[in-house]
Amino acid sequence: MSRTITRHPGLNLGPAHDDDATDVREELVFGFWVFMMSDLIIFGMLFATYVTMLGATAGGPTPHDVLDIRPAFTETMLLLASSFTFGMASLALKYRQGRRHLVGWLLVTLVLGLAFVGHELHEFVSMFHAGYVPSRSGYLSSFFSLVPLHGLHVTFASLWLIAILFQIAVYGIDSQVKNGLLRLAILWHFLDIVWIGIFSLVYLGGAA
Amino acid sequence: MTVTEILFGRLGWDALPFWHMLQNPTFKSVINDLIASGAGLMVVLGALVVVAGVSWLGKWGYLWREWLTSPDHKRIGIMFIVIALVMLARAIVEAVFMRAQQAVGLNGGFLTAEHFGQLFTTHGTIMVFFMGMPFLTGVINYVMPLQIGARDLSFPVLNLVSLGLTAAGAALVMVSLVLEPFSTGGWTGYAPFTELSYNPGAGVDYWIWAVSLSTFSSTLSGINFAVTIYKKRAPGMTLFRMPLFTWTALCTAILMIFGMPPLTVATGLLALDRYLDFHMFTTDLGGNMMNYVNLFWAFGHPEVYILILPAFGVFSEVFATFSGKRLYGYTVLVMATICIAVLSFTVWLHHFFTMGQSANVNAAFGIATMLIGIPTGVKVYDWMLTMYRGRVRMSVPMIYAVGFILLFVLGGMSGVILATPSVDYQVHNSLFLVAHFHNMLIPGVLFGMLAAVNYWFPKAFGFRLEERWGRRAAWLWILGFMLAFFPLYVLGMMGMPRRSVSFTNPAYLPWTVIAGIGALVALAALACLLLQLWVSVRDRDHNRVFAGDPWDGRSLEWATSAPPPEYNFPVIPEIYGRDAFMLEKDGGTPFQAPTQYQDIVMPANSAMGVIIGAAGFAAAFALTWYMWWLVVLSAVVMIGAAIARGFVRTTHYVISADEVRRTHEYWLREVEATTPIRRSQEQSGANRGRAVPPVEGAVQ
Amino acid sequence: MSYRQLSQEERQELGREQRSYLWGLGLSLLLTLLPFGLAAFTDMAHLTLWWIIGACALVQIVVHLRFFLHITLARNKREDLQLILFTVLILTLLCGGTLWILFDLYQRMMPNMMP
Ligand code: HEM
Ligand SMILES: [Cu+2]
Repeated sequence: MSRTITRHPGLNLGPAHDDDATDVREELVFGFWVFMMSDLIIFGMLFATYVTMLGATAGGPTPHDVLDIRPAFTETMLLLASSFTFGMASLALKYRQGRRHLVGWLLVTLVLGLAFVGHELHEFVSMFHAGYVPSRSGYLSSFFSLVPLHGLHVTFASLWLIAILFQIAVYGIDSQVKNGLLRLAILWHFLDIVWIGIFSLVYLGGAA
Repeated sequence: MTVTEILFGRLGWDALPFWHMLQNPTFKSVINDLIASGAGLMVVLGALVVVAGVSWLGKWGYLWREWLTSPDHKRIGIMFIVIALVMLARAIVEAVFMRAQQAVGLNGGFLTAEHFGQLFTTHGTIMVFFMGMPFLTGVINYVMPLQIGARDLSFPVLNLVSLGLTAAGAALVMVSLVLEPFSTGGWTGYAPFTELSYNPGAGVDYWIWAVSLSTFSSTLSGINFAVTIYKKRAPGMTLFRMPLFTWTALCTAILMIFGMPPLTVATGLLALDRYLDFHMFTTDLGGNMMNYVNLFWAFGHPEVYILILPAFGVFSEVFATFSGKRLYGYTVLVMATICIAVLSFTVWLHHFFTMGQSANVNAAFGIATMLIGIPTGVKVYDWMLTMYRGRVRMSVPMIYAVGFILLFVLGGMSGVILATPSVDYQVHNSLFLVAHFHNMLIPGVLFGMLAAVNYWFPKAFGFRLEERWGRRAAWLWILGFMLAFFPLYVLGMMGMPRRSVSFTNPAYLPWTVIAGIGALVALAALACLLLQLWVSVRDRDHNRVFAGDPWDGRSLEWATSAPPPEYNFPVIPEIYGRDAFMLEKDGGTPFQAPTQYQDIVMPANSAMGVIIGAAGFAAAFALTWYMWWLVVLSAVVMIGAAIARGFVRTTHYVISADEVRRTHEYWLREVEATTPIRRSQEQSGANRGRAVPPVEGAVQ
Repeated sequence: MSYRQLSQEERQELGREQRSYLWGLGLSLLLTLLPFGLAAFTDMAHLTLWWIIGACALVQIVVHLRFFLHITLARNKREDLQLILFTVLILTLLCGGTLWILFDLYQRMMPNMMP
């Protein structure tokens, strides 16, 4: 990696993909990074606020009661696997391994992403059934303002992925599809990083 | 649920501003509802006049093609500023009403507490989010790409979306005059007062969504500006060759990127509380209102520097240009700007010294606050030293600039006083504070932006603004500000709380009357400003400056025609030093024809801004009134538009080299035919936009 | 994009990048399984456990940045790293400040909010 020329932060397509869109690509990718960092501040403030609300249980369930690390573990694995498969998709794009290859990896990623969202939804539903609803206490409110926001991000990322798959179907792998995939890759890996924060701080930290 | 309830949610006849008066006519309710209805009528009439006017002139197509869907940063900048001016007018009128109320507010007055609450809330919200932010965003939009030698921002369509979102927020605040009420929670919207249990009406929801739209818009603008400055500078334009205004634009952009998110979190959580029965900031079930205060000001303090830094940049340009000298202490000014930007993330607690944390915490944040005074003070010295031994021309921007220095230093002093926690305990929440922040915001933000308008208007429209009315406006702003706000320092020391509709202490009265007169003077200043615009447009042919350099400018934006072609520069210039255009003039080589012209690729028009703006407005309005079907519909439109945009492949169009050459050569011929003028003739009709070059003996 | 024969050099490079992703995956797995395992199956003292969880999380974030997002210390492009470091600075200021302020408040005025 260290020998390849990087044109912009993060993933690079390498010189084989240079065309007149390269400058635009550099700006797009950098701009998207900046956007991610802004988003990170949102998550950061929510994390900090969550910590300040740990004690706000109002006589209701405590973090220890609410949090179950088993579903969190499954979700972690799904998301980590999807990060890896997106990486494989990026390589398929970079080394022009053919459309089937690329679309295949993307589809696997999409399935993993959707599985994550589904699993998380299922977890929330069972929490609701147990009476762990946001209106019960400040603590539960802060939980439900932080964790589902991440899930919402994954949902939108999956939607974006679907849109790009359709773009591939219509236009093939043209310059704009590449630009989209590069940015989506950043979003996807970034969401995995935020999830590290969630499973460590919220689930492991709280359940321990 | 009836069909009406499904369709209109909780919107009913009682939202009309005169409803209350008809139901329950008392003296006070009639007066208040007449005022409110008059305001609503102004909005309706204003909208009708605009629609009718455009139709009468048959300009809808022009408006759509050349403005609403144009990705040109210059057009977008101008539209931002138009929004700002409209909102400024409304907010000033509201201020006059508040001042009038307090001038007769001993044991009563004519406004109800509810009405007064809406007035200070809309006034503050508008001044910050819909006057200050669009104004500075517009000026940066217009000027920054020209200063760094770029053809446009990095993301022109995103720029349109920013504009659409701001317009939607501003429209929402305007609509709240017709379908009442607006929030009474102040521009800060502190919970738990703004929680559902204390404020079940639509007011707070209007506030939440208007502010959210503005926040999204500013975040996107910040990203756009920062990436543009990082990636689109002309060759040779190193960071330390950028004009100071561009530097402040960069720092403001960074503050927007990192400073807006805490507000998104604060208003988002408040919305969750209100809509989904969360308990983040409620008084029961573990809610903690202090988190709201903390989140709000983690945004709020960076915000005041977002507002002020571009004004610093404008004044830096103005001082250098109208003193005929290069800016004194450029590097120090840049360093000071960066310092301020970073430090502004370390002081937010000074807005709530009295919340109950220990003295250690207060002391730390108090000291950090005082530290910011140092780089700011350094700047003031640099500006003064720029004027020192210069040939200062007291043109309109310079009047604003000098007024700014004097008044801003005073405001800064009162800021250092407030930064002392023990003093703050005494004057917190009093009119002393109101005096302080207006003392920063009016000479800072407002004067800065008005100076910018006077300074860059000829560049944008090709003719200078009329000077006489400009001077009158400037002097009246200065006088009006002093009359309206110096008494507030006294009132604050006497203990008068802010946001009070009336009072019982007769000793306040003389001071509130003076402040009321001051507000009227400010209103007169606004009128002069409008007259200045009107007279300038009327007499535009006497003041044309097509050659493009009416003030003997120093930076790159003066090296183009006025107005510039949409691609700004026929060829991207090479930069060899600071004050790029002045270097060329010094070297005797301005206005060169390039050896070769090339095709220029420009972004194509896009309706994304209008679509996202309209859907954003609909979503916000529907959320406010609980029209759930419309919420879903507008969300679908927004997501659909974003997806559809991904399928668009013709995002650019080409301007042929030939056309570029023709346009440029025409301008060069015109420049050649323009008689250069000396600075002493600057304000006369002889000024056609070309300065006597320094080598020919003009005294600089 | 059609399938294309890779040159010898490109093939090597592809292999290297694939290995790099595998390293990322392996390290992440390790850094995930360790804290999950400790939390689920041992009775460690809370404080020790929290330190381990925190350390693993930080290292894993670096691993993701390095192996998945390709943020490197290479000299030619530093703006990505600068951007991230600046964000971390702001994040530290805002989050650290928030926790300091709020817990100081709790201690003085609302001990029942302490977790
Ligand atoms: C000549 C112009 C102005 C006048 C006469 C004026 C007057 C007032 C008055 C009477 C209040 C209410 C004070 C109280 O709480 O008792 C107020 C509040 C406020 N003003 Fe202004 N103002 C002017 C310009 C501005 C400008 C230019 C800005 C910002 C850029 C601004 C921002 C605010 C804010 C943020 C508040 C606080 C609102 C709240 O209490 O939530 N004002 N102003
Ligand atoms: Cu502040």
